[in-house]
Amino acid sequence: MISWFTGFLPYEGAWFVATIIDILVIALPLMLAVAMIIYADRKIWAAMALRRGPNVVGPFGLLQSFADGLKVFLKETIVPSSANRGLFLIAPIITFTVALVAWAVIPFGARAVLADINVGLLYILAVSSLGVYGVVLAGWSSNSKYPFYSAIRAAAQMVSYEVSIGFVLVTVVLWAGSFNMQTIVLAQKGEILGLFNFNGLNPLLFPMSVVFLISSMAETARAPFDLTEAESELVAGYQTEYSSMSFALFWLGEYGNVLLMCALNATLFWGGWLPPIDWAPLYYVPGIIWLFAKILAFFFIFSWVKATVPRYRYDQLMRLGWKIFLPLSLLWVFLVSGWLMLTRYGA
Amino acid sequence: MSLGYYVKSFTLWEFVKAHLLTLRYFFKPKATINYPYEKNPLSPRFRGEHALRRYPNGEERCIACKLCEAVCPAQAITIEAEPRADGSRRTTRYDIDMTKCIYCGFCQEACPVDAIVEGPNFEFSTETREELIYDKAKLLDNGDRWERALAANLAADAAYR
Repeated sequence: MISWFTGFLPYEGAWFVATIIDILVIALPLMLAVAMIIYADRKIWAAMALRRGPNVVGPFGLLQSFADGLKVFLKETIVPSSANRGLFLIAPIITFTVALVAWAVIPFGARAVLADINVGLLYILAVSSLGVYGVVLAGWSSNSKYPFYSAIRAAAQMVSYEVSIGFVLVTVVLWAGSFNMQTIVLAQKGEILGLFNFNGLNPLLFPMSVVFLISSMAETARAPFDLTEAESELVAGYQTEYSSMSFALFWLGEYGNVLLMCALNATLFWGGWLPPIDWAPLYYVPGIIWLFAKILAFFFIFSWVKATVPRYRYDQLMRLGWKIFLPLSLLWVFLVSGWLMLTRYGA
Repeated sequence: MSLGYYVKSFTLWEFVKAHLLTLRYFFKPKATINYPYEKNPLSPRFRGEHALRRYPNGEERCIACKLCEAVCPAQAITIEAEPRADGSRRTTRYDIDMTKCIYCGFCQEACPVDAIVEGPNFEFSTETREELIYDKAKLLDNGDRWERALAANLAADAAYR
């Protein structure tokens, strides 16, 4: 890509233009995907409750999210008089930006990754930790009690689950021997009996894939763990005082995060852009299609869980995070590293 | 705590069962109807929007006996009456405040001439409050518009009264 522009631009300029184009190529379809995924979420949830879901705007209601977006866009942005104006307006931007920025290191194919950095997973951890700032700032700057409660909950919840997510990621990193996302994907080639391109079916890593799936739901504050916006207690949580586009940015950021977590699940444990079976003809299908299919499958699981499991109580949430997932993932770090010492590195 | 308990909780057995149940529901036919395009059948006794009926010769049925006004528990009905030029007693004013009405159907029960009835129409939302204060012209217009359905409903229910 850079080489197209070096003809009439200095290298730095060519790099800049090419990177901007790359970012747009990732971010714009992502926004579209978020709009469609909100529709899918509502449709799946509705179907499991024997309802129809949105079905009026466009064929099968496919354009519902765009209608909602347009409606929200035309509304007035209300800033509460007692709110901290600057932080209040910047909080949704943080949430939204952070949800987009993390996609830089997700590999979409053999050479299709925006930033092929060797600490990709650390970058993801860092960025997803930043995501909580949007929520906390929103809750605090609203100067309203329910958003404030929600912000405190969000901070505690995301910090708790990030700990276990960190250890789960360590097991994957140990197994793949690299922090680079592309290497982690490629290390899964023929992982199971030289046939399946999955980490997740590895008996040693399977429990961690489940822990990661559940933790990623908690990390994105999805259904069973959506205490930050528990509508029966906290009105709408940290979004209570928001309206118009600042509200829409939260919404987009939230679903962007959900998609990111689906992509991470797919990439770390289920082969990323590799086809599920290590069989040559399947490699002719572009990697992004495999990745997209896996993201969709995980999103279905996310919606499925949302439609099934009632919301956790706050102490149950903390218990699960600190007293079950943390010891379990610590134990697995020990098991995986021990196994690798015995088989791969030791002796 | 038995071993079975731990096996169950660590294999997320209850969660798996619950998710299989919701997955079955996912493929079941929908319980909701596609409302604006499909509607549920209504009983002939359904109590919807009010209407003032006329006799087939076009004469209005209401004789201004004010029984409906008297029986109305929400006091939503206001009637004023005086003799017409031909000497018959008719209403000069028949208002129903639809924002007060509780759709109990006492007015149509009280009516000796089946003039005021509650029809099958339940889609009469308005954008202003004023539009919900029905006057005689509006009610008679409703009666003309819905007469066929009203007559059919009265006939269907007559056997049980």
